[in-house]
Amino acid sequence: MTNTLHRYGTAESFVDDYVIFALPAKGGMQQGDPLPALRRFLEIALEYNPVNIGDAMHGGGTRPTEHSRAIEHFARRPIKPDFQKVLDGIGEPTTFSAVFATREDAEAFVTRIVAEDLGLSINISSSIANALGCCKAAGITRHSVGYSLGFEGIQDNAPNRHVLSLSTMCGHGMISQSLAKKMIDMVKENRLSPDKATAALSRFCSCGIFNPVRAKRIIEEARKKTF
Amino acid sequence: MKISESKCVGCGNCTYACPMGAIYVDPVTRKATVNSDECVECYACYNGLSKEHLPPRTVRFTRRMMSKLWLRFEPDPDICPTDALEPDELSWPRVVRRAFSDPRVPHESTGVTGRGTEEVKTNEISNRIGIGMVGFTIEFGRPGVGVRFHQIQEMSMALAALGVKIQPKNPVTAMMSDVDTGKIRDDILNEKVLSAILEIAVPVERTEEIIRTVWAVEKKIDTIVVLGVGTRCDEDGEERVVAPILERLGYTLKRAKTNLGLGRPQIREILREAPASAEPAKDAVAA
Repeated sequence: MTNTLHRYGTAESFVDDYVIFALPAKGGMQQGDPLPALRRFLEIALEYNPVNIGDAMHGGGTRPTEHSRAIEHFARRPIKPDFQKVLDGIGEPTTFSAVFATREDAEAFVTRIVAEDLGLSINISSSIANALGCCKAAGITRHSVGYSLGFEGIQDNAPNRHVLSLSTMCGHGMISQSLAKKMIDMVKENRLSPDKATAALSRFCSCGIFNPVRAKRIIEEARKKTF
Repeated sequence: MKISESKCVGCGNCTYACPMGAIYVDPVTRKATVNSDECVECYACYNGLSKEHLPPRTVRFTRRMMSKLWLRFEPDPDICPTDALEPDELSWPRVVRRAFSDPRVPHESTGVTGRGTEEVKTNEISNRIGIGMVGFTIEFGRPGVGVRFHQIQEMSMALAALGVKIQPKNPVTAMMSDVDTGKIRDDILNEKVLSAILEIAVPVERTEEIIRTVWAVEKKIDTIVVLGVGTRCDEDGEERVVAPILERLGYTLKRAKTNLGLGRPQIREILREAPASAEPAKDAVAA
């Protein structure tokens, strides 16, 4: 899964972006039932102010809505993530993720996860400096590292960089650049609030790794800046 | 994916939701239409757009009346107001598009789940990338351009010609008719997918050679390539071998996936007591 790895942006732009995920190894290389441990991973995450949690099969805290009656068209739609729904929907062992927006929360969570010793593989997808900070805080060393070399031919100062920053936050490619551009434009025109624009984008993320805090910050920046 | 003509009201929301830009509102019918050659069957429109069940005829009438008054009926931008998107029955080879593009679907056509192997994410258990080795994930198609298998084949054959072993248990590898040459089966070469990942592992000494080969091929194929490079860290958690090579080649290393090495052969057993009431269950932890 490279879906958390290749996010467009400068190293500084990942200051509020810590994707931490847990998974069991495939192929019968581990003993024991991973599902309770994966659930435990998410439950612990909830104690450290995550901005999103999810699993690879069911999505994150903000999901598409479905109305059953026409009259519901006039009802308000939720824009805040529902983490209980994520926990309730857990079905099978897959990759489970928690996203944090502050160094303090991420480092405290990693420290706790190390102490819990769940036996699952735990990875941090963030800037290299952020991950090193988490390891240092938890008193551990890195086992392996997978570098992102970035999108070949696309520089940090590319036009529409805000659009790229938003759309690449779903590494499965479910957030289209057109929609990201439209959300920025609607916020620029004051037709949509950044919170609603962020929620609209979040609903397309199918595994809960979308970072709504970073997205809102990018949209706020794009509202005032040129590309 | 198809869009029901009887339900579509031509609001155009789905045109923005499509990562490939494969949906447009036909100027003649005024209904959203899918360019099936460009559609990668990712289901982003079907799974991502929220669904309402407004009566299509009423919505069309409202839209016509409001347009006469220079007003617009404008549902939220991530809603299909009449639930008009309808999945197609997919057969071979088109089913390959969905297997590679919809992250919620296991690769039934390939027998491999997920888009690739676990790279270094479970390396402390699998030792997939051992000391002195480098794992490459060569991903095609993101962001937002997609890739056809004949383009992937150009890369896989170039790498295979170097004597590089292409990783087994990878969906792209499963689509090859000859793994030793990197040849992909002919009947899917023109199929388009949202993204696909080619995976190889080589001794660290070949890092530069591989990257220069990727550079040469990626200039010839009409898609975007993004490279991931995975390796083991030293005992002290530092990585002193691959990073200097990458930096010498001009890369600024910013983002990475860091495996904390917490995986164990035995996953911790966690027992749960049945909740006595509506209160959340308390954990009883064993072992």
